Amino acid sequence: MSLFASIEGLFYLAASIAVIASLKVVTGKNTVHALLYLVISLLAVAVCFYLMGAPFAAGLEVIVYAGAILVLFVFAVMMFGLGVDETIHAPQSRGLSLWFGPILLGTLLLIELVFVIDNSELTLQLSHNVVDAKQVGILLYGPYLLAVEIASFLLLAGLVAGYHYAKPEHQGGRL
Amino acid sequence: MTDIPLVHVLILSSLLFTIGFVGVVVRKNTLFMLMSLEVMLNAVGVAFIGAGSVWQEADGQIMFMLILTLAAAEVAVGLALLIRMQRHYRTLDIDVLSKMKG
Repeated sequence: MSLFASIEGLFYLAASIAVIASLKVVTGKNTVHALLYLVISLLAVAVCFYLMGAPFAAGLEVIVYAGAILVLFVFAVMMFGLGVDETIHAPQSRGLSLWFGPILLGTLLLIELVFVIDNSELTLQLSHNVVDAKQVGILLYGPYLLAVEIASFLLLAGLVAGYHYAKPEHQGGRL
Repeated sequence: MTDIPLVHVLILSSLLFTIGFVGVVVRKNTLFMLMSLEVMLNAVGVAFIGAGSVWQEADGQIMFMLILTLAAAEVAVGLALLIRMQRHYRTLDIDVLSKMKG
């Protein structure tokens, strides 16, 4: 079988998509475009996780990272007034050329996904070395219970601090 | 043992980490610095998942979940600080914050 049809080939493809999208995030001018490239980077890394035999982590990456944290970013960008100072100095939109990069990377990821679903031999090969959610859950609520509690404290602290800092100033008073 | 060699996973992880680090150091826009921090945290997650899949242990995925909660808390606090900064200085330029006065 060719390199592309193996797990390694698919992994290298997804990895290069992740690296390219991350480069576009770091070098981007427009805030919203950089955010969308960040989503593509996270999705590509999720594909890598799936190919490495961690489907639970891949699902978490898509749901929590790309679905929740990035939406938080988008809301914040909306509160900043869509980054006016960024778009004024950036070159004007050159029509469809702006669409080329994201569409190329997204289409590659889609083709890879359909290919993996379609190819039953690959699916069988992947199912050999999967660390599934059951093992993670048993370990999480056994030896790692203290870490889970500390993580919940961390999230509570994040919630309180986020509320405190983003509160309008005229409401006054200390928290 | 998976088909993907651990060395290549670690190379991918360090590439992503370096990209994010350069972004944090080079960019002046605080929002882009936060996004680069996300890329860096993600790279560490790749390393953990790769190591966990090589030894067929679930510990790597648990560490990834802890990184996920860390990233969520960090983004919440960071974005709230950015909103406060935008309200106060009308800009997201990090150089504005060079004077540490009330």
